[in-house]
Amino acid sequence: MVDEAGTTSAAERRDYLSEKGWRSWALTMDHKRIGVLYIWTTLGFFLVGGVLALLLRLKLLVPGPAFFSDHTYNVLFTMHGAMMIFLFVIPAIPSSLGNFFIPLLIGCRDVAFPRLNLFSYWIFVAGILVTIGSLVAPMDTGWTFYTPYSAKTSAAVTTLSLGLFFIGMSSILTGVNFIVTIHTMRAPGMTWYRMPLFIWGMYATSIIQVLSTPVIGITFILLAAERVFGVGIFDPAKGGDPLLFQHFFWFYSHPVVYVMILPAMGIVSEVVPVFSRKPIFGYKAIAYSALAIAFIGFLVWGHHMFVSGMSTVAGVIFSFLTFFVAVPTGIKIFNWIATLYRGSITFESPMLYALTFIFLFIIGGLTGLFLGSMATDVHVHDTYFLVAHFHYTMMGGTVMGLFAGLHYWFPKMSGRMLNEGWAKSAWWLIVTGFNVTFFPMFILGMQGMPRRYAEYPAKYQPLNVIATVGSWFLAVGIVIMFANFIKSLRNGPIAPANPWQGLTLEWQTSSPPPEENFHEIPTVTDWPYSYGNKSEAQRDR
Amino acid sequence: MAAYKVYLTVWGVLLVLTGVTVAVSYLSLGLWNAAAALTIASVKAVLVALYFMHLRYEIKLVLGFAVFPFLILGLILAGTLVDAIYR
Amino acid sequence: MTDEPENHKGAPVSARLGIWAFLATELLLFGGLFTAYAQFRITHGDLFHQEHLKLNRLLGAANTVVLLTSSLTIAIGIAAIRRGLQRLLQICLSLTLALALGFLFIKYLEWSEDFSRGFYASTNLFFGLYFMMTGLHGLHVLGGMAVMIWLLLRARRGAFNEEYSTPVEITGLYWHFVDIVWIYLFPLLYLVG
Repeated sequence: MVDEAGTTSAAERRDYLSEKGWRSWALTMDHKRIGVLYIWTTLGFFLVGGVLALLLRLKLLVPGPAFFSDHTYNVLFTMHGAMMIFLFVIPAIPSSLGNFFIPLLIGCRDVAFPRLNLFSYWIFVAGILVTIGSLVAPMDTGWTFYTPYSAKTSAAVTTLSLGLFFIGMSSILTGVNFIVTIHTMRAPGMTWYRMPLFIWGMYATSIIQVLSTPVIGITFILLAAERVFGVGIFDPAKGGDPLLFQHFFWFYSHPVVYVMILPAMGIVSEVVPVFSRKPIFGYKAIAYSALAIAFIGFLVWGHHMFVSGMSTVAGVIFSFLTFFVAVPTGIKIFNWIATLYRGSITFESPMLYALTFIFLFIIGGLTGLFLGSMATDVHVHDTYFLVAHFHYTMMGGTVMGLFAGLHYWFPKMSGRMLNEGWAKSAWWLIVTGFNVTFFPMFILGMQGMPRRYAEYPAKYQPLNVIATVGSWFLAVGIVIMFANFIKSLRNGPIAPANPWQGLTLEWQTSSPPPEENFHEIPTVTDWPYSYGNKSEAQRDR
Repeated sequence: MAAYKVYLTVWGVLLVLTGVTVAVSYLSLGLWNAAAALTIASVKAVLVALYFMHLRYEIKLVLGFAVFPFLILGLILAGTLVDAIYR
Repeated sequence: MTDEPENHKGAPVSARLGIWAFLATELLLFGGLFTAYAQFRITHGDLFHQEHLKLNRLLGAANTVVLLTSSLTIAIGIAAIRRGLQRLLQICLSLTLALALGFLFIKYLEWSEDFSRGFYASTNLFFGLYFMMTGLHGLHVLGGMAVMIWLLLRARRGAFNEEYSTPVEITGLYWHFVDIVWIYLFPLLYLVG
């Protein structure tokens, strides 16, 4: 039941975008529209966070004072970190592409709780407004808001706590919605082992969101109580423990990096088979490794605290456990590469970003080992080595995965094709710019340059200059990519229902989909990766 | 009706257990005070969960949703306390 | 495990999964406070022991009884509406609300006494945790009351019957959870501090 593009005129074809008016967007309960609202919101803050990054890199061209004060620098990196993490990287894939595509990929008409979905968007917006208000007030604590400084500073930390609490609620409600949807609303015939791997990834992500986010919630409540009511649980002068803040903070913030990466890995698992025309290698291993990463992610948070004054006993335990997360991660990477092996590979823009993810995430992941190993971490903790590690994983990983997903699903969401020429030019600039910006940071960190310093010894300048120049290439590439999105939305070529010849269910409906997703809910009889040779497809299941 | 009777019985047991836990708290048993109090509290919690919250009659999936989070709670307790104790 | 002693439709599985997933978040939210309590009880055992004696054990026990009874009343109310007994549901909701209000009133008595004796959240670690934990719990009682008022209004307009009582059941599960939190708070703060 495929809607053929071109057999009816655009004016006659009704889809989820047809209804106009601000109310049809602001009060929508259509998961696709809610997904689109989240896309615009999160990408908007990606751009704002990016501008902040460019300002930081501008300052770092020069070792001594320049352009603006050190205090302003502290405010800018706090804003950059907080906005990128809470307003962009965490919600970007789950709330936008997850919302749009989970019902489509499992063959149902909407998520389990559509009103809750709408509520989760608006509480996200409320949280954003409060958070930004507090950040510009200004806030110079760093995005990690450690006590005692955050408990004592005159910055608007209490307000920030409220804003981030709202944003956390949005994340929790989205997670609850997705878990219940995946359990109860799959199309007839879609057993768990016939689900697309993006769904497995989103399921694991949602479990983390539900179980870890409340802990940052109580952390913010306690921080606010510390400031407003003088509760002393983080204050050594009152017998409290500042490390308790760090335990609570990282109990959430470590699993949340898996909230960031698992959806991106899910997208890679979708894109690679399509553009290799080959079934995914090791479906069950990829599925279960997502759950394993989610679980192991809860065991390792202390590796952020090796030099904080935490007990050595705890440090040894956390360091030991940290190594285990490399195993399921490695399994995924191995399976993607095995999928590529002997495939008919083509390099359309979604595939370019998926392959970029694999390459950059290997680097990011491997450098995590130096940080997770307690002895070496003493040398590189809170240096630019760490900054490079998390940019390779969060940007080289999650953001590249997001870009892959956006390019892959752009035709489905908008009914238009992107311009491949512009997409490829943007990709070249982004990948080159990214590596020129962030690779030197590994070296700077090894050489001892600390993070969050506005001024640095002159010997670090050459690599800093290289990194800043790299950031300009990265910025231009991103601008071209966004220009491609805007231009193609307006007058890109009309997209067919299935431009990539994919086998997952979203391609069995029109581009863009009708409001009810499918004219008829499909019955599923096979897994969605039966590409190429039929006997191969049977063997690799 | 059977349901009302079950609830009233459970409620009665809960009240008795509350009385016991208060009574025990007046005795000086050292560390056993905490152990006794937590054990009785857990018995009460399990009764509420099984009968008032219907877990006794629920499908396995819902039971899983109810039980699994305690494992995660155990993790944060364990990790934080290992650090606090060995500092 | 599936033999219910009553004949009913019950809330659909998606609603039950949803509320239990939400309760998981509440468990972890309070869990942070319990973790802080555990840590400081170990490192500041004497302070906890000495300070907890300043709490009113009997009022705390009374509140425990009040909350346990409110769990009973809402459970009966749900059993009632599953049989289509709308009037009994309304009575039970009202009783639950009254008991919840009673809980908050007793809490108010306790807190005002504490304040008058100069015990505040900023006084020391024990009282900081005491006010945080009972305060957060009290907010959840208040939230539950707000939902129950809304349920009562809907019930009076005949919104619930033997075929449909999902919102009441969901709220009941939330309310029992709030009760369970108190079941642990009471001994930990009042009896063994």
